[in-house]
Amino acid sequence: MMEENINNDYSDFTIGDATYRTILTTKFKSRKAYSKIKIKEIHSFIPGTITEINIKAGSKVAKGDIILILEAMKMKNKIIAPMAGIIESVNVKIGDIVPKNSLLAVIK
Amino acid sequence: MSLRSKTNELRKRMKNAASGGGDKAIEKQVAMGKMTARERIIALLDENSFQEYDLFVEHAAKDFDMDKKYLAGDGVLTGTGLMNGYPVCIYAQDFTVAGGSLGYMHARKIVKIMDHALKLQVPLIGINDSGGARIQEGVNSLAGYGEIFYRNTLASGVIPQISVILGPCAGGAVYSPALTDFVFVVDKISKMFITGPEVIKSVLGEEISMEDLGGARVHAAITGNAHFYAESEKECFTQIKTLFSYIPWNNKNKAKAYPIKMPKSRTFKIGSIMPSDSKQPYDVRDVIRAISDNSDFFEIQAMFAQNITIGIARVNGETVGIVANQPMYLAGVLDVDSSDKAARFIRYCDAFNIPLLTLVDLPGYLPGIDQEHAGVIRHGAKLLYAYSEATVPKITVILRKAYGGGYIAMCSNHLRADFVFAWPTAEIAVMGPEGAANIIFRKEINEAADPDKMRQEKVEEYKTKFANPYVAAAYGYIDAVIEPKETRRFIVHALEISKNKIIHNPDKKHGIPPF
Repeated sequence: MMEENINNDYSDFTIGDATYRTILTTKFKSRKAYSKIKIKEIHSFIPGTITEINIKAGSKVAKGDIILILEAMKMKNKIIAPMAGIIESVNVKIGDIVPKNSLLAVIK
Repeated sequence: MSLRSKTNELRKRMKNAASGGGDKAIEKQVAMGKMTARERIIALLDENSFQEYDLFVEHAAKDFDMDKKYLAGDGVLTGTGLMNGYPVCIYAQDFTVAGGSLGYMHARKIVKIMDHALKLQVPLIGINDSGGARIQEGVNSLAGYGEIFYRNTLASGVIPQISVILGPCAGGAVYSPALTDFVFVVDKISKMFITGPEVIKSVLGEEISMEDLGGARVHAAITGNAHFYAESEKECFTQIKTLFSYIPWNNKNKAKAYPIKMPKSRTFKIGSIMPSDSKQPYDVRDVIRAISDNSDFFEIQAMFAQNITIGIARVNGETVGIVANQPMYLAGVLDVDSSDKAARFIRYCDAFNIPLLTLVDLPGYLPGIDQEHAGVIRHGAKLLYAYSEATVPKITVILRKAYGGGYIAMCSNHLRADFVFAWPTAEIAVMGPEGAANIIFRKEINEAADPDKMRQEKVEEYKTKFANPYVAAAYGYIDAVIEPKETRRFIVHALEISKNKIIHNPDKKHGIPPF
């Protein structure tokens, strides 16, 4: 139970302009870095299978167009264009099983 | 038929019903390093105290040829017994019988013993070892879980409920343990998850082992679902018995008092634990052990959110719940996990009449985008809520840093601590001297010929003026500034005179805590 203490060394840790000597927990060290939301990149909001693709690179889309169908949890989810534009790339093909937050398409 | 032959008939039936899933299934259970359900109950309870009920209960399922199957005890043992001489209700799922799957009658047995526990006002122990819902029984199996969850909720805060995970506990089944007070897990044996590795693989295409997904370590260190982690079932049972020595049997009673034992003051020298440099760490558990009877401290969630330490000890023979910032980890900051961990424990102590001792040394809340986005506002609020709501005696000792929101949250006078003591090393201020000097003296620092030198001077000036317990004491926010060696004496006295504390919160159906 105490192995974490033994394996961990004390590090410097700055809060409120003061630096403390302390052990950084594994969970703290493995926290995810923040990345800004990129509206032009369309990501899967749920893991699932791509069953329909209505676009290809160069397609012109209007805001709200259904560009893909992502089947997940027995539901056919419509993936819609978040903005009008030209499709720069389609990053999946029919039958692909995609995890959550994977890049499906990019609009320029 | 004579009485003798009828008795023999009974014995034959009992033997059959108590045989579990048969030799082969039992062999498999043992090969997995697990005890059988019956062995577990016997190992946990006082010798010869287990009385079993509903041994002859059989399942009533008809579909899928279930009517042709006999399932001994329908896969669960239920009964009453004694632990440390006190009565408890207990159930243990039997994995050797249809994988311990939960069917309608299986659930009925559990629900019946839960109703007993609530009616008799005695603790409930649930040993979980089940593959999940018995699919053949369809919606009746779901009904069974629902009935259990409902009773877990009603019994919450009335009788102690503990869950021991000694095998798989998957899908809906996980929510009964999650509703109980304390969850015990054992390395390599406990597995808890909502969706298992197979489902994750088919949906996500991601492969993960059961151990990495929801093994004992995962729940003890990452999710915080488990409160106690053991290397073996035997060690787990010892932990359960230790816990029961500290807690009351229901919410009408206080925990049993034990003979007073002095702390081991030669090992835990309270005057020399704190480093002279206030930025250096120390193990706050040493301070706890320097105060507690026999220097015993029974830590809870020791591997999760280690920046706050929670646990139970005795002071002057009486059980006390302890919440302490732990400077050894993340400088003892408050964050999402540590607030959540402490808040739930405070509510536990309050529900079961256990006085609260809070030891304070924290630089504040953990800064970071991940913390803000993870909801440190609403999780942090849980701590304020739990402390404010608690009506048990509340004693706070400020050991060192108590800055900003952290000062308020850690059971300050303003959240109705009954007694707030501070060591002379206490630094109670709106923020740390470095941060404060940078804001208050920004102009002087920027305009100085040597800004670094000026900053250092101003930090020192602020430190001398504010980084002490006397400003707060001058407003009466601190009841006494005490020498470290006097800590136990002050706590003992405060506990003694708080025994008949009465405080009434406004009448309400219930509050709306931020969870």
